[in-house]
Order: sequence, then structure tokens, then C-alpha cells
Amino acid sequence: MNRFKIWQNFLISTVLVVGIIFSLPNFFPTNPALQVASSNSSIFFDTSIKEEIEKLLKKNNVFVDKIENVDNALQITLQSVNDQLAARRLIADYSKGEFIIALNSVATTPNWLKDLGGKPLNLGLDLAGGVHFLLEVDTERYSTERLSSEGASLLEEFSKRGINSNYKSSSNEITLNFTSANDVTEAKNYLDQNNFSVSGSKYDLIQNGNSINLRYTSNYLAEIVDYAVDQNLVALRNRVNELGVSEPIVQREGKSRIVVELPGVQDSASAKKIIGKTANLEFRLEARSNASFLRKDKFFYKNQPSSSAFLEKKIILSGDSVTNAQSSFDENGRPQVNISLDISGGRAMQEATKDNIGRRLGVLLIEEKTKTFFDENNEVLQESYVEKSIISNATIQDVLGTSFRITGLSNSYEASDLALLLRAGALAAPMKFVEEQTIGPTLGQENITKGLNSVIIGFILVFIFMLIRYRLFGIAANFALIFNLVLITAVMSLIGATLTLPGIAGIVLTVGMAVDANVLIFARISEEIRSNSEVQLAIKNGFSKAFGTIMDANITTLLVALILYAIGTGPIKGFAITLSIGIVTSIFTAILVTRGIVNIMYGYRKVERLNI
Amino acid sequence: MNIPFTKFNNLGVIISSVLILISVLSMLFKGLTLGLDFTGGVSLEIKYEQKADLERIRSSISKIENSNFVVLNFGSDDNVLIKFQSDEDLNINAQTVVDQLKNDNYLGEVTKSETIFPQIGEELRDKGGIAILVAILVILVYVIFRFQIKFGYGAIAALVHDVLIILGIFSIFNLVFDLSVLAALLAVVGYSLNDSIVVSDRIRENFVDKNKHGSSDTLINLSLNQVFLRTIVTSFTTLLVLVALLIAGGEALKNFSLALAMGVVVGSYSSIFIVVKILFLTNLTKKDMEKTSNEPEESYSMD
Repeated sequence: MNRFKIWQNFLISTVLVVGIIFSLPNFFPTNPALQVASSNSSIFFDTSIKEEIEKLLKKNNVFVDKIENVDNALQITLQSVNDQLAARRLIADYSKGEFIIALNSVATTPNWLKDLGGKPLNLGLDLAGGVHFLLEVDTERYSTERLSSEGASLLEEFSKRGINSNYKSSSNEITLNFTSANDVTEAKNYLDQNNFSVSGSKYDLIQNGNSINLRYTSNYLAEIVDYAVDQNLVALRNRVNELGVSEPIVQREGKSRIVVELPGVQDSASAKKIIGKTANLEFRLEARSNASFLRKDKFFYKNQPSSSAFLEKKIILSGDSVTNAQSSFDENGRPQVNISLDISGGRAMQEATKDNIGRRLGVLLIEEKTKTFFDENNEVLQESYVEKSIISNATIQDVLGTSFRITGLSNSYEASDLALLLRAGALAAPMKFVEEQTIGPTLGQENITKGLNSVIIGFILVFIFMLIRYRLFGIAANFALIFNLVLITAVMSLIGATLTLPGIAGIVLTVGMAVDANVLIFARISEEIRSNSEVQLAIKNGFSKAFGTIMDANITTLLVALILYAIGTGPIKGFAITLSIGIVTSIFTAILVTRGIVNIMYGYRKVERLNI
Repeated sequence: MNIPFTKFNNLGVIISSVLILISVLSMLFKGLTLGLDFTGGVSLEIKYEQKADLERIRSSISKIENSNFVVLNFGSDDNVLIKFQSDEDLNINAQTVVDQLKNDNYLGEVTKSETIFPQIGEELRDKGGIAILVAILVILVYVIFRFQIKFGYGAIAALVHDVLIILGIFSIFNLVFDLSVLAALLAVVGYSLNDSIVVSDRIRENFVDKNKHGSSDTLINLSLNQVFLRTIVTSFTTLLVLVALLIAGGEALKNFSLALAMGVVVGSYSSIFIVVKILFLTNLTKKDMEKTSNEPEESYSMD
């Protein structure tokens, strides 16, 4: 008799139940919603703001389904898209453009499902609509610019030592020219003493008569580009957050690229403007209390907008001079931020601090921000403005140079926040757009419909074919196929994979190929029957003999799918994910689930003849 | 069922050789029509409310200083696709075209716009080629490990055969070869392999079986007859879903589904004719199997 052991039946039913639970969230409709956040991280959405907004919407006959605080933002669920647009305009007017308001949709997943970790599938841009950018660090420009700025500082150092020189920058290198052989020797001595030497790992130095060529070693260049991309990632995240997009993606890709995906955004031009804009830093001394108002400005603290300080108008140095800022701990385990400046920045800092020990030095963050309003037709009106706020105002203890530290921070979070701000002020390296894609909302919706239709049509065709060709066994295979679709959906939802149009194609292909395992098994069973095996034995042997073939065939296909995933970008990755998941789930369903059903159909009785 | 497959073997080789020759020649002299993904450039999809007037679009954007605009219908006659190459700094971009059409009062709904810099395209092209090579290599290693080197040759020959023929068809019929088609091609590699392995598995089983006697020819023919029905049924169900994709999947998946459909047909054919021919050429005998007969064939067993 063909029966599964209790644990096998238990395993199959457990997987089935878990699969159904985690694919369930995809069947609940979504409601239009607004996500309201502040462009200033210091504003807290306390109950008073929440109540005021609730009142405002009620007064204007906008029906609010639910309004709740989520991560210092308000999530407002509404009943219709019209209400959603009306509410957006009302709240933008109410906040005078200060709030960042994003249109999004909220899944109506019931709480018990959410508590279990159930969530609907992420839709890729080709299904959700939106903007996709690929940015790349302009490595050549970056290294040339950095070298030129170092060249300028070097000239100053040289002239201080009485060395006459000038420099010329070309792609990826600078050439320092000297007037006499003596100057070259002295300059080389200086360079050797200051870590520019040939033995160092940072620079390639080539002396050529009365000139010296300076360029970065490829290792060092890779290192600074790598670091710059990380910094840019932080800066871009901050900027993207300002766009008010729900669930944006800002991700590093490879050595020198960053992917930005903004679901729901249509206006790629303005998105590009905000992503490409610059923020900056200014280091200024705190003004003396008796300084005239002509020489000082009042600024508020970024994380404490109620308090302010006066800083001198004179700018010691700006953000371009900051080459690095990192949080760490001092000898006594207290948090601190280490700052590195370039050579000219270090000199300016030294100049400014040597007579001002004991005074405070303020760091201003200058951000270009955008206020967003909506007119009667819900057209977007944007107004940009500059916001300057103090991110640090610490006492100068020593004469400071190219590297110094800020101590006295209350905890390590504050330290890493400050380091982040110091780094994120400006883009560390210039970036250029290398890929740009906009997908309209109609196309997205159309793609969803098309994708779903192909799954349904493909499924029905295979379903009918299997039923006609294999009858009762076909029912078992078809049940396994349904189970397979449920499992793919559940696994995708569970691991948070993104579904794309090629991904749907992968699912469709899986439907067609998954029955292969069953076809192999059924063919084996009928062979066994023909060679006069007893029915139960034929079923048993059919399954076990086909097993090796099924594994071999699927493992190789899985290998290909994994290679596809590893090398693929965007659409290819989407296809590779569903294909890989589909292969794994189909092995499970085609072998175990089909077997389970066949066991139920035949395993508990005596069967004389088998129709296969 | 008893079809003398091995008798048709030489005919199969002749047909395949001719197809491959035509494919290679076409690729050498005609080349592939590469998609935007690989060439870089700008593409715009615009949907009009009625049938789009392509001439009007052409004359409107011809005012922009760029000679290489391609304007054509896409999917249906109210959908228009505008493609062009731009200079390196993209002074003429998607926005330029949209603005020009807006100026001339003939702008529909922009459903999709895509800009890819040539350098990215070049990179993707290289990556795609490497991916196919790596896939073939990994598979060769797996097949040698699990089966025997002669099966490895057979599977790889079938793979190369399938990929070349599909590339040839894309070249001859000017079908656009883009990233999604590349993905399909790699899926074909997987599918073709799937078929080859099922055939190889059966041949190995019959060669190892001490109760089965006869020449290599008899045993191979027996194996092919045993798996033939399965190959037909699986190809048929896969083709069924691909037809569904072709009917319902829309323009974006059209070439993808086409490449896969060709792959299924060519892959099934090659698993029967090419794999087997290689096994004959390399002179597969029962003796070859002795070395591998203690392979973990029995270790996969189900209760």
C-alpha cells in the first residue's frame, strides 16, 4: 500500500497552510492613503497636529478612514482617490508647504495577518509606475578635481618654502612644473616627508626633468571612489526623502553606481533636479557677545529648533574641504567625531583657531529645500528655499589642522548622526545620470493586467491538458500546480522579493515546466504497469525512478537561474528570482504533493487497473 | 512505441549543420538588431487617443537637430515608439522630444521613457556574453560530475546548437535582441539542458542495466523511445504557457516569449538528435558506464 507516514502528511499540510497564510495578504484590496512627514526632522507629529489635521479634513468633508502615527509621520487612510487628492491639497496649504506629503496606498491586511509577518508582494517599477535612475560617480572628474585641489595646496606650501612652481591638470593627473633642478629636489623632499612618496600607496609620482607628474594609484582611487559612493548614498537618501515618495529605493550597485527608484513619481525632471542638487557646510566661529549685528547671523540648531546661536559672518571653510568624518570613541570610551580636512582646509582651520582657543566653532548645514503646494487641478507647484541650521557648536581646545575631533557628545547615536551630517552635506564625488526610465501609471496597470491574464490563461490551458491526458493523475498534478502558485506567491511575499513583469513571465514559465516532473513520474508509472507490475508497486517505483532525473534536470536549471540572478540587472533579476523560487517549490509540489494526493486516491484500497 | 530515431540521425545532423551555418553567416554579415539596452540611446512610448499620425510626429520632431529618429507604431496603431541615439551629454533627450511635440500640439500620454547611456549598453553586452559562457561552463562541470564526460559534450553541443539557431533567427528576421531576450536565451540554456539530461539519464540507466543487452544503437534507440512521449508532452505544456504569454503578455514580453518558444522546439529536437549524435561520435559503450556505475544512483530513494 502507498501511504505516507504521519510526519510526511504533517509536513505537506503545514507547508500548505503556511503557504496559504503568507500569500493571503495579496488578496486584500488597498486603500488610497497619504503619508505626511516633516521636512524638518525636529517637528514631531504629536497628537495636537494629528487632531488639527483630522478636524481640518472633517470640516472640508473629506472622509478619513484611519489616521495614525508611524515613525514620526502621519499615515492617513482615505476612502477614495478624490478624497486623497483633496486631502493632499488641504494639508499642503495648512502646513504652508512645510510638510512632505506622499501619495501611497495602504494594504487592508487584517491585523492578525500583519502580526504573523504577512505582507503583500512588492511591485517593481514596471508594474507600479514611477521613475528609475542610475547614477554613476564620474571617476575621472573626481580624481582630476581632487588632484587639482591638492595641487593648489601644494603650490602654497612650495611658495612658503621659496620654491617657484605652477601646475597643470589633465585627465586623472596633475603636472607640477618647476623652474630649476634645485626646486625640483626640494619639492621632492617635501613630498617625501609628507607621504607623497613613491613608496606610499596613494600616489604615483613620476619625475620628468623639471616637472613632477602626480596621479592616484589605481588602488587608492578605487578606495576613495568606494568611500565617495557610500557618502553619496547617504546624501541621496536624504534628498530622496525630501521628495515625499513612499518606499523609495536608493541602493548601491557595483563599484561606482547608485540606483534610485521612485515608485509613483511621474515628473522625472523635478525629481532629477532635487536628486542632483547640492547641500553644503560652513564652518564659522561663534560671534562674541558684543559683536555688532552687522558681523553676525542668528541660526537655529538642527536638532533643537527652539534654541539658537549667533555665528560670525566670516566663513572659515566650506564643506568641500571636509574629506572625511567618522564617529568613534576616545581613550575613555566616550563618543567622538573625527574630522579630516584637505590641506588648504587644514591651513585655514589652523589660521582661524590659533588665536581663538576657548571660543566656540559652529558648523552650519546649508540645505536647498522645496516647498510643495497643489493648485485647484492638483498640479504641483514647487518653491525652493535655502535652510541653514547649526549641526555642531563646540569649544576650540587646541589649534586645529587637517585632522581634529569633536568630543563631548552625549551618546554614540549623536556622534554618528553628526558624522553623517558632516559627510552628507555635499556629494562627495560628482555623479552623472547614466540611465533614466519613466513608466506611466497606465502602463504599470496595463502590465499588471497583462501579466495576470497570461498566468491565468497559461494555467487554464495546462490544467485542461493535464486533465484530458492523465485524468485522475492529472487532478493530482493540477492540485500540485495550484499549490505551487500559492507557494511561489507566499515565498516572494515572505522574503520581500520584488515582482516585475519579467518576473510574472518567470511564473508563467514555471507553470509550464513544473508539470514536467509529473509527466516524468506518470510516464514511469505507465511503463511499470506495462511491464506487468502490480499497481501499488508501479506507483511506488514510478515515483522513485523518476526522482533522480527530476533532481538532475531541476538542479541544472536552478544553476542557470542563479547565474542569471548574479549577473542580471533589473528585469533579468526579476525573472531569475521567480524562476529560481518556482523551480524549488515545483520540486516540492510535483514530488511530495502529487505523491500525497495519489496516495489518498489509491493508497488505501486495492486497485486492479490503473488508467494512466 | 518504436521509432528508429537513430536512423534519422544523419538527416538531423545535416539539417542542424545547415541551420547553424545560415545562423552564423547571418550574424556575421547582418548582425543582430540590438535593443536600447545594449546600444544605449533614448526611447519614448506615447499613447494617443486615436490612431496616431506618424507623419505628423516625424515632421514635428524633425525640427530638432538630430537625424536619426525612428518613429513607428508599437503594438497597436494608437501606440507610438520613438527611438534615437543622442550625443554623449544627451543635449537632445526625451524631454526635448516631448517639448517639441507639446509645442506642435500633438502630444499623447507618455507611457514610458527610457534613456540609457551607450557605455552602460556596452557593459551589459559584455556581461550577457560572459553569463552565457559561465552558464555553459558550470553546466559542463555538473554534467561531468553527475554523469560522464561524453554526456557533458552532448549537452554542451545541444546548448550551443540551440543558442546559435535562436540568435540566427533573431538576426535573419530583424527581431530586436534586448535584455529580456538575453534572459530568455539563458532560460533556453536551462530548458535545453533539462531535456538533454532527461535523455542522458535514460540512456545511462539502460546502459548500466545488466538485463538490457544489445548494441549501443539498440540501447540508445530504446532510451529515446522511452522518453519521447515525455519530451513531447513537456514541450507541449511549455508551449501552451508561452502561447498564453504571447497572446496576453503584450509587446514588452513578445520577443521574450518568442525566443523561449523557439528554444523549446529547438531544445527538444536537439536533445534527441544532437545529444545522441555526440554520444555516437564519442563512441559511448556499456564499458564507459562501469566507471560510474557506483554513482549515487540509488541514493535518491523515496519511501
